[in-house]
Amino acid sequence: MAAPASTIDYSADKRWKKVEATMRRNGYQPDALIETLHTVQELFGYIDEDALRFVTSKLPVSPSKALGVATFYHYFQMKPQGKHTCSICTGTACHIKGGEAILEDLREHYSLEPGETTPDGKISLLTVRCIGACGLAPAAVLDGEVVGNLTVEQLREQFDSWMAEEDDEETD
Amino acid sequence: MTKKPTNTRIAVHTYDELMDVVETTREQLDSYKHHITICVAAGCISQNSDKVLEALISGAEARGIQDDVEIKGVGCMGLCAKGPLLRIDPEGIMYQGVTVDDVDTILDTLEKGPNKKLLLSQETPFFQRQQKVVLENSGYIDPESLPEYIAIGGYQGLYRALTEMSPNEVIQEVTTSGLRGRGGGGYPTGLKWVTVAKAESSVKYVICNADEGDPGAFMDRSVLESDPHRVIEGMAIAGYAVGANKGYVYIRAEYPLAVERLNLAIRHARQAHLLGNNIFGTTFDFSIEVRLGAGAFVCGEETALIASIEGRRGIPRPRPPYPADLGLWGKPTLINNVETFANVAPILRNGGEWYAAIGTEKSKGTKVFALAGQIQNTGLIEVPMGITLREIVFDIGGGLPNGRHFKAVQTGGPSGGCVPEQFLDMPVDYESLREVGTIMGSGGMIVMDDSSSMVNVARYFMEFSMSESCGKCIPCRVGTRQMYDLLDKFVKHSATQRDYDMLVELCDLLQNTSLCGLGKAAPNPVISTMKYFNEEYQECMMHDEEALPGEKAE
Repeated sequence: MAAPASTIDYSADKRWKKVEATMRRNGYQPDALIETLHTVQELFGYIDEDALRFVTSKLPVSPSKALGVATFYHYFQMKPQGKHTCSICTGTACHIKGGEAILEDLREHYSLEPGETTPDGKISLLTVRCIGACGLAPAAVLDGEVVGNLTVEQLREQFDSWMAEEDDEETD
Repeated sequence: MTKKPTNTRIAVHTYDELMDVVETTREQLDSYKHHITICVAAGCISQNSDKVLEALISGAEARGIQDDVEIKGVGCMGLCAKGPLLRIDPEGIMYQGVTVDDVDTILDTLEKGPNKKLLLSQETPFFQRQQKVVLENSGYIDPESLPEYIAIGGYQGLYRALTEMSPNEVIQEVTTSGLRGRGGGGYPTGLKWVTVAKAESSVKYVICNADEGDPGAFMDRSVLESDPHRVIEGMAIAGYAVGANKGYVYIRAEYPLAVERLNLAIRHARQAHLLGNNIFGTTFDFSIEVRLGAGAFVCGEETALIASIEGRRGIPRPRPPYPADLGLWGKPTLINNVETFANVAPILRNGGEWYAAIGTEKSKGTKVFALAGQIQNTGLIEVPMGITLREIVFDIGGGLPNGRHFKAVQTGGPSGGCVPEQFLDMPVDYESLREVGTIMGSGGMIVMDDSSSMVNVARYFMEFSMSESCGKCIPCRVGTRQMYDLLDKFVKHSATQRDYDMLVELCDLLQNTSLCGLGKAAPNPVISTMKYFNEEYQECMMHDEEALPGEKAE
C-alpha cells in the first residue's frame, strides 16, 4: 500500500516535522487523518498531492481514501489560496440581510466566482456556511477577521485596497 | 494587591480544596472596588472589543487605579446588535457600542456616574424577560479562568455526583429534570443515558456534538466561548453516569475562538485534576479530546459524526444499531449536544425537581435561541419553554426594525419550517412547533419581513441541503437536486402545474425514503412554505412579474 514516490524532499521543509508531530500525537492511527489534514492546511494553506503522499506514507491509510476524505470536507482547500482571502457568509441571517447581493456584486465587478482566486493570485473568494455572527449579518471573514454589517461599497473598497497594495509593491 | 489563584497553580482533590479556590478567588475579586467587564465573544471582538479592553487596562494604569478596578474580558452578554457591550459593577451600569475613544468616558464613570450617550437600559424586556440557566455565567466570568468558574459554584455538580451519588442516581436526577436533547431532536436525555449505561462493555465513549451546522444558529459557539468549563463538567458527569472514561468534543473548525477557549479549559481542568485519573479522589477517570470538524453539515448526524471522528468521510449509516449500542469504534457511545451538557451541572447542583419546575408539561427547562434576521435586538437569549413566539419576537426581540411588517419566523434551519403570523401566540415547546410543521431545532430563529419571498427562502434551504447531501443515498442526493431545479423554476416564474405536483410528490419521497435526517428533513422548508404561503407558489406559476410575489417594495 506504498504511496507513489514523491518528487519533493520532505526533510528540507521543517513544516513537515510539525505535520508528523500531529500524527505522532494521535499514535499514527487511521483516525489521525483529519487532524493531520487540518495541520497541513494550517501550515501550507492548502492540501496538495505531495501533502497527501507524505501523510499516507506515515498513516495506515491508502492515498485514495485520504483524497476522498480531503475532498469530502468543504473546509479543506485543494488549491493554493490568494494572498488575501475573503469568505462571504451564506448563512440564513446573512442571506435574509443581503449577503447574496454582496456575492453577486463581487461576481459582476471582479468576475470572481466563489472558490476562485484572481488570476494574479491576489484575492481568493470563498463562501462559508454560517460563521455564527448572525447578529452582525451580513458578515464575512476577511483575512481571518470577522467583519460584520457589511456593505457592497465597503467590500469593494477593501478589494480595491488589496489590489492597490500589490501595485505599490510592484512600483517599489 | 492580593494574587489571584492562577489556572495552573490550583489542584483540586477534595471538597475542602474546591472550597479553598472558591474562597481565595472571591476574596481576591472582593478586593476590587469596581469591576469593568467587556464582552470578548466573537461578535463583539469583530467590533474591536479586545482593543477596547487593552486600552481600558492601560488607561487604568495611567490613572493609577489598577488595584481598585478589575478590568477583564467576559463571555457573551446577549445583545449582539448593540455591541461591544460593557458592564460596570457594583454600579450595574451597562454601556453599548463602546470604542477605544470611549475609554476615558468609561473610566470617568467611576467618579462621575453614568454617561448618557453610552448607557444601555436594562429595564427593557430583553433583559427582564429572560431566564438564565445555560447562560447564567455568560457575560459574568472570565471564560479563560478556571478559578472564576469554581468561585460561582463550578464543579460542585461533578463533586456531588462522584461522591454522593451512584451512576443510577445521577441518571435518575437527569430523568427527573425532564431535560430533552437540545440539538433539535428533543429525545429525553435521561432515557438516552439509561440506554448507554445498560449497554455491556468495558469501554464506552461520551461525545459532545458541537458541530453547529445550522446556518443562523450560534448558541453552542457562544456557550463554548463564554463558559467552556460548564460543558466539560457536564460531560464528566455524563461519563460517570454511563460508565465512560473518555470523551470527545466534535467542534467546527469555523469557530477558532471557541476551539481555543475549549482547549485551554480542558488543559486547566486537567492540571487541576478535575479531568484525568481519580477525580476528587474517587476511582473515576475521565479525559476529553477535541476533534475538529471540517465543514460538513451532515456530520451533525450522529453516525456521520462518529465516522468523522474515526477519520473517515462523514457519511451516515442506517440505524439501528444506534450509537448507544454500536458507536465510536464499535463501542456504546453517548452523544449529546453542547447545550444539553451545559444543563447537566446546574441540574446536579440544584436537583432535577428544580429544573422540572421551569417550562411546560412536556418541555422542561429553558432554551437558548439565536435571534437574527429582520429584528431589532439580534443576539442570544435564553427563555423558559412555553413562552410565546410573540413574546420572543416583539417583547424580547423588540420587534422588526424600521416599521417593517412581520411575515414569518424560521426555526430549525434547513430541517425546519416557517411559522406564519397566525401562530405567534403559540407556546414554544417541542410538540407545538412540530404541530405547525417546524421543529425546535438547535435554536436558530430567523425573523423575516415582507421583503422576503418565501419561494426564494425555500430555494435557499434546498440549495443548502443539496450541496450538503453526502451522496450516499439516492433519494437525498438526486431528490434535493430535482427539488432545487423545480424551486428554481418557481423563482424564475417558469413553473407549471406539473412542476408543482412533482414538487409535492418529491417532498413525500424524500421524507419517507432518505437514509438519514438530512434527507428526511430537507423538504420541511418547502412543505411549510407551501402550506402557509401557497399563494406565492401559485403566483409564480401563472405569469411573469418583475418582483417576486410576496416581495413588496421597501
